[in-house]
Order: sequence, then C-alpha cells, then structure tokens
Amino acid sequence: MTVGAGPRLARGEHGLQRAGDSPVRRVSLWQRLRRRALAVYAFLALAYLFTPIAYLTVFSFNDSGKSNIVWKGFTLDNWKNPCGAPDVCTALGNSLKIGVISTTVATVLGTMIAFALARHRFRGRTATNLLIFVPMATPEVVLGASLLTLFLNFRVPLGMGTIIVAHVMFCISFVVVAVKARIASLDPALEQAAMDLYATEVQTFRRVTLPLVAPGIAAAALLSLSLSFDDFIITFFNSGNVNTFPKFVYVSALRGIPAQAYVIGVAMFYLALLIVLVAEVLRHRRERALH
Amino acid sequence: MAGALLSDHPTGDLRLDRLVKRFGAFVAVDDVSLTVPKGSFFALLGPSGCGKTTTLRMIAGLEEPTAGSIHLGTLDITSAKPYRRPVNTVFQNYALFPHLDVFENVAFGLRRRRISRVREQVMAALDLVEMTHLARRRPAQLSGGQQQRIALARALVNQPRVLLLDEPLGALDLKLRRQMQLELKRIQVEVGITFVHVTHDQEEAMTMADTVAVMNQGRIEQFGPPTELYGAPRTTFVANFLGQSNLVPGRRVSGGGSHLIPVDCNGQTVLLPDDRCMTSADQVLVGVRPEKVHLLPAGMNPPTGHNRLVGGRVADASFTGVSTQYLVAMPWGQDLTVFAQNVGRGGPVPVGAAVTLGWEPEHTFGLEGETGTPAGRDARVTARMR
Repeated sequence: MTVGAGPRLARGEHGLQRAGDSPVRRVSLWQRLRRRALAVYAFLALAYLFTPIAYLTVFSFNDSGKSNIVWKGFTLDNWKNPCGAPDVCTALGNSLKIGVISTTVATVLGTMIAFALARHRFRGRTATNLLIFVPMATPEVVLGASLLTLFLNFRVPLGMGTIIVAHVMFCISFVVVAVKARIASLDPALEQAAMDLYATEVQTFRRVTLPLVAPGIAAAALLSLSLSFDDFIITFFNSGNVNTFPKFVYVSALRGIPAQAYVIGVAMFYLALLIVLVAEVLRHRRERALH
Repeated sequence: MAGALLSDHPTGDLRLDRLVKRFGAFVAVDDVSLTVPKGSFFALLGPSGCGKTTTLRMIAGLEEPTAGSIHLGTLDITSAKPYRRPVNTVFQNYALFPHLDVFENVAFGLRRRRISRVREQVMAALDLVEMTHLARRRPAQLSGGQQQRIALARALVNQPRVLLLDEPLGALDLKLRRQMQLELKRIQVEVGITFVHVTHDQEEAMTMADTVAVMNQGRIEQFGPPTELYGAPRTTFVANFLGQSNLVPGRRVSGGGSHLIPVDCNGQTVLLPDDRCMTSADQVLVGVRPEKVHLLPAGMNPPTGHNRLVGGRVADASFTGVSTQYLVAMPWGQDLTVFAQNVGRGGPVPVGAAVTLGWEPEHTFGLEGETGTPAGRDARVTARMR
C-alpha cells in the first residue's frame, strides 16, 4: 500500500484527463495514513507510560536471589513470601502507619481550615489563602532540609513523630485546596433549605453540608495518602533511623533491590487499578439502572 | 425538638410592621407594613431588585431585619431562627438535597422534628403533588417541573402556618408554568395554608393571588385584590407594571357633575370620577386601560356622557388574533394604545385613518403626575418596552 503510493501520486500530477480519478485516491490514502498515525501515536504513548510497569510486573516473578537486575528465571516464590527480604515489610508497615496517621490528621485539620477560609470573613484570611500554597510551591529538598534544621535546633529526636509532622505539613495544603473547591461549589440555598426544614446548625452540617462535601474530603484523603506513601525527599531528611518503603527502596538500590519490593509495588498498582475498575463498573451499572 | 418549635402557640395573620432591611448603604426593604390574612393566597409582585425576595427571606428567618417586626398571630418571630418558625419555603431553584432521594427530601423536615408516621405523611404529600411513583428517584433524575412539585411537597408536608414561594415557577417553560399556576391555586385551596408568593410576573400574580402587593424600590406601592389594582391603580408604577395604561397629563378645571371632575387635556375636557382620583393637585395624569377605549371614525361621536379625545391618527396596527392593538398618534405628540377585540363587527381600522377615542368616565383613573407631558409619556413608553 505504502509502496504504491509514490508512483500513483506522481502519475496523478501528470495528465489533466486523470485528475478526476487521482485526487480522490490521494485524499483517501492520506486520510488512511492519518487515521493510522493517530493509532500508532496512541500506542506509542501508552507503551511509553506502561513499559516501566510491565517491566516491574515481569521482574516481580524473577528468580533473582539478592539483586533483581538480570532475568534468571520464573518463580512464584517472591509472591508467596513478599516479606521474604529483610526489612521490606517493616518499611512497608511504617509507611502505611505514617500514611494513615498523617492523612487522618491532615484531612481533619485541612477540612477545618477549608471551611474557615470558604465560609468566614476574618483578619488574615487573604494572607492565609496565599500562604496555604507556599508548601506546595516550595521545592521538597528545601522543605526537608529546613524542617531538619528546625528539629535539630529544638532537639526533637528524629523518628516516626518527625516524619508524621513533616507529612501532615505538606498534605494539609492539598487537602485545603481540594476541600475548599468542593465547598465553593456548594449551593448555599441547600443549607438554608435544611435550616428552613427545622434542622439546627449542627444537624444542617451533619445531614447536608458534610455529606455534600464528603466526595471532596475523600479525594483529599486519598491524595494525602498517596503523597505521604510516596514521599521520599522530605522523609529522608527527617526520618532518623526509621525506614519507610521509599527510603528502603532507595537505600537498597545501591546494593540491589530485592524482588519482594517489586512484588509490593506491583501489588499496590494492581490493587489501585482494581479499585478504579470496580468503582467504574458500579457507577456504570447504577447509571444504567436509572434509565 | 417538637416542643421547641414555635408553632405550638396560637397563630393567625402574618403581620409585617415597619420592616426595614439595609445592606450597607443600600436600602433593600424600606419601611414595609403588611398584613396577610390567615389562609389567603398573597402575592408580592415587583421588578427584580425591588426587595420582594428580601422581604420573603426575612419572613423565613434567612435574613435579619434591620428594623421592624414580624408577627404570626400574637407571636413575635422577628429574630427567631429559621428552624424555630412554623414557616417553610419553596426556593427559587428548589434547593432539593442532591444526596437524598425524593422520599428522604420530603421526609427531611418531619425527621428533624422527630414526628411519627413519617412514611404515611410523606406519601400523602407526594400524592398531593402527584409524585408518588418517583419516591425513590434522586433529584438529578427529575425534570424541572417534577423538582418543583417535590420542593412543594417537601415544604407542605410540615403543615407550616405560612408557605413562602420564591419565584417557584420562574425556571419552567410557559405551558408548564400555566399548568402549575392552576395547580398551586388548587393545592392552596385544598390545604388552606397561607401562601406568600413572590413573583415578577404580573399575570401570574393576578391569576393566583387573592391579594397582590406591588413593590417598587423597597416600598409597597399598593396592595389589594387584583381587580382593584388593575381597575384603580394608585400610582403610575402600578398602572404600568400591571398591564398597560394610557396616561394623559391634564389640569383640573371647574364645573362638572356631582362626583365627576372635569380635566382639561390639551384643550379637550374629559371626566374623571372623584373617588378614582388619587391626587388633589391641579396637575392630574388621566389614565385609561387600552381595552376600555373604543376607536371611532373621525367625526363620529361616542354616546353622550362618554369621554372622548378627537384628532387621533392610527400610527400602527398589530393583529394578535383575539384582538388588534392600535397605536394612535394624538395631536399633542403622544401615542395612545387601544385594544380592539376581534368580535367580527367591522373591519380593522387602516393605518393612517383619522379616529376619535371614546370611553366611559367610570373607567378613568387619575394619578398624581409630575408637571407636564414627559412623566406620563416616559412611564408609558417604558411600559411598552417592557
């Protein structure tokens, strides 16, 4: 097809008597190429995105021994015993613990800040609105280093506590931004309607405001959890002897990452994917049930 | 909870007394006093920004009055919290709770007051608005008209002493609006609750309400039954906001019968019943509704005793089916409007024809007019543009 295109195009340009036939073919060929170009482009883009994950998946089944760099044969051992490598699961447990605690604290505090900023007029509100963005805009290295200086100056022993303080700090900004957007999109008439229908201030908040803002809070919490779980730079500065999963992976990279770390990474990825898929299917089903 | 609600007290008429609401320097509601009789259908009519919604929100407890008081019977509810008043609202955009289904939306008020037999009452309210089959739908799955009915059921199920309706039909298309007007009226008669209906649609107000209060710039211009407001407007604003009016500036002259005041309008004398004249000044705006005016060929006279204005020329005629609307240019430079019903007698009057206008003195009203022609003319022109 592609080979034939050249001569045909050339011929089309010669005789006027064939003009009625040639341009049609030329256009259709061009269109076919264009259509295919999009498919090829899409395929390449997806491949680019998913190659590392595919690589990760494959190598989680590698019978590697200590370092997981060269393919040495297929095994299920890593999956059967993900805690097999020393310290992997301790680090994972720490990361989950830190993630859950800092997400909870950041979500509660951030939600309260968001309500204050969205609903009340007070002195310093504009300044707070701006300052809330500062942790998001500051480079993580700078945040991590300055926090470390602070902790050292005040002689705060580094460990679980300092990690959580650091994580809460950078998660709060994201929670405030996400929840505030949700509150801003809320129709004030809904709360007025609740009050009109005999709900006190507290009941209005519990029965109307909170359920309506909940999706924003949930999104903010998920975002915090993934930010906290993912964070390496700030954690690295402020963790002392405590190992988190990202820190474990980074440190082991020097001497070879165990395949078990791959297993955990892959498992988390597919778990997240599964949750998204299930949510989509449920949503789709509910929508179909309605119509 | 139920004990805390103020509805346990005896209630009666809704009374607003010298109510004022200021937002900074802007006066939204300016010294409004009103009595809405118990069980009546009351309409607050006015253009947007006239303060009618603010008045409604003060009755609901969603705005705090700057001054004045609100009573329900003997009960002072001026500064009671919205959830303590036996008053419910149908909001402009319905404000249905999107996270609750229709049933739970309607049950919301009952559940907050811990009232028993919720299911029975909710279904009765849904039955009243013919929506029982949609009880388990979410608001997002309903059409505008259906949402409107649910909002109504959600308010009515609480059996409030007063139901407030904030332009509830504004978002509906014309046909549905007509249908809902009749239905609202039916429901109001059926439940016997006092309805206070805010609207900018004069036709809607006149169709539904027993009493209409016309508001303008934070003040009540006039209130009374629709027929009275239409037949004998007290101000130029009312005359032009409720339907159309021909307002001709004139000056009182001496003479006349027992109860008729002669007024000189640009050299022609017309008669005005003294009980329909709202001003004691010499300057009078003589008003008459376009459908009350008859069009006669020039030279022909209306029956004796009727008012007449000669020297008109038809400037424009627009056929609208049931009637023809004529614009008649008068010698003093003013255009007057005449509606002629197409009853089939005589053909349409051609544009350019010389005509005489005639009408009965009883249909004339006199308003306070600013000096000279411009006031009446401007008001009339504005009314036509609207």
